[in-house]
Amino acid sequence: MNFPLNRDAWEAIVLTLQLAASATAVLLVLATPLAWWLSQTRSGWRVPIGALVTLPLVLPPSVLGFYLLVAMGPHGPLGQVTQALGWGVLSFTFTGLLIGSVIFSLPFAVQPMQNAFESMGARPMEVAFSLRASPADAFFSVALPLARPGLVTAAILTFAHTVGEFGVVLMIGGNIPGKTRVVSTQIYGHVEAMEYAQAHWLAGGMVAFSFAVLLALSMVRKRARQVLL
Amino acid sequence: MSRFIGLLAAAFCLAMPARAAEVSVAVAANFTAPMQKLAQVFEQETGHKALLSFGSTGNFYAQIRNGAPFHVLVAADDETPLKIEKEGLGVAGSRFTYAIGKLVLWSKQPGLVDDKGDVLRNGSFARIAIANPKLAPYGAAAVETMAKLGRLQDLTPRLVQGDNIAQTYQFIATENAQLGFVALSQVLTDGKVAQGSAWVVPSGLYAPIEQDAVLLVTGKDNVAAKALMGFLRSDRANVLIRSYGYGL
Repeated sequence: MNFPLNRDAWEAIVLTLQLAASATAVLLVLATPLAWWLSQTRSGWRVPIGALVTLPLVLPPSVLGFYLLVAMGPHGPLGQVTQALGWGVLSFTFTGLLIGSVIFSLPFAVQPMQNAFESMGARPMEVAFSLRASPADAFFSVALPLARPGLVTAAILTFAHTVGEFGVVLMIGGNIPGKTRVVSTQIYGHVEAMEYAQAHWLAGGMVAFSFAVLLALSMVRKRARQVLL
Repeated sequence: MSRFIGLLAAAFCLAMPARAAEVSVAVAANFTAPMQKLAQVFEQETGHKALLSFGSTGNFYAQIRNGAPFHVLVAADDETPLKIEKEGLGVAGSRFTYAIGKLVLWSKQPGLVDDKGDVLRNGSFARIAIANPKLAPYGAAAVETMAKLGRLQDLTPRLVQGDNIAQTYQFIATENAQLGFVALSQVLTDGKVAQGSAWVVPSGLYAPIEQDAVLLVTGKDNVAAKALMGFLRSDRANVLIRSYGYGL
């Protein structure tokens, strides 16, 4: 029997992990202020913006992928901006996949953080202000540490969700080895090419990985509850 | 007298099927447009209804192996129907070539693709799209063409792959790829290339893309399935298939 995971498979695994790690990093930076704003604001924009953030959760990846393909194309709004900046067209590139993943996983990052910020209540920040902390200081030394379980949940969910992403990658990736061929599209390719043995190894690994992630997630949550008690 | 009644009954049966039946057909993505038209004519002629599902042949194979309720497979290649028949999933002897696919190099941009394919030698473009050569016969034919022209190595870094020929078309139609190899049938409207520029690749540059259909064992006793297999071989169907840019 051949060694089950060949070079192509490892390449796809490494690329998938890179994509998931990059998407998680970008989303922690983007989603934290967004989640904070959503948890604190009394603006009338709160509800529509909240709905917009949740949209990728319910839209089929084929819709997202198709619009991303059109938007990133040379005549699309995104494509025109990236071309004007000299970056060229982003479809079929790692950056393009990253943008797709960030949009696709946005609700998975924002919602746990928003919940954490909301459940913290107004009191800790009021205390910090009464001790003359600046808003930034209060946010970084009071709000963020208190919301840590939410942040960890957001990071784990974003990472796992990006690893499991398929439809968007299929639509805007172009299946380029080492650049846009991730594990999920690799599995699909194996199945379509009737290479079921290779498909099984990767698919089984994906099941094991996802299970481990969810297990870790529930452990994080349990610990967070104990800390609060 | 009884013979006369028998003949009359037979004639009646031929002219009007006693009961209109339904046939579920798995159809290769590249054959979408002609198959929709064929299904219409088939329904008019026989009264049977053809329910069409479009997708990639490899995917259909996996589904059929796992009990998908299709009666007929209209494949994009000749290997899959052969495999299906060998594995006992298809009715032995029912396979036949319903169309021979033609490859075209197409761009949405007018003037980019010349009528000799020289753009592959000296054209400036960032991306060229093909269907995944491992999965789609048109993708394999595209790779073969580029190799025969001695351009494969140079073009490989610029290749992007669609999962099937329909997605490849989408990459080019949205101009995310400036040009690419698709099926002639996809870019023909009323026998002409409707937009952009195209080069019909000479058939000597790639092995013929024989597209076969096979009757699945699940459709063995389905009247409509058998009627469809017959219809696909009829002169009327052949004329229609040719008009969509296929050879026969």
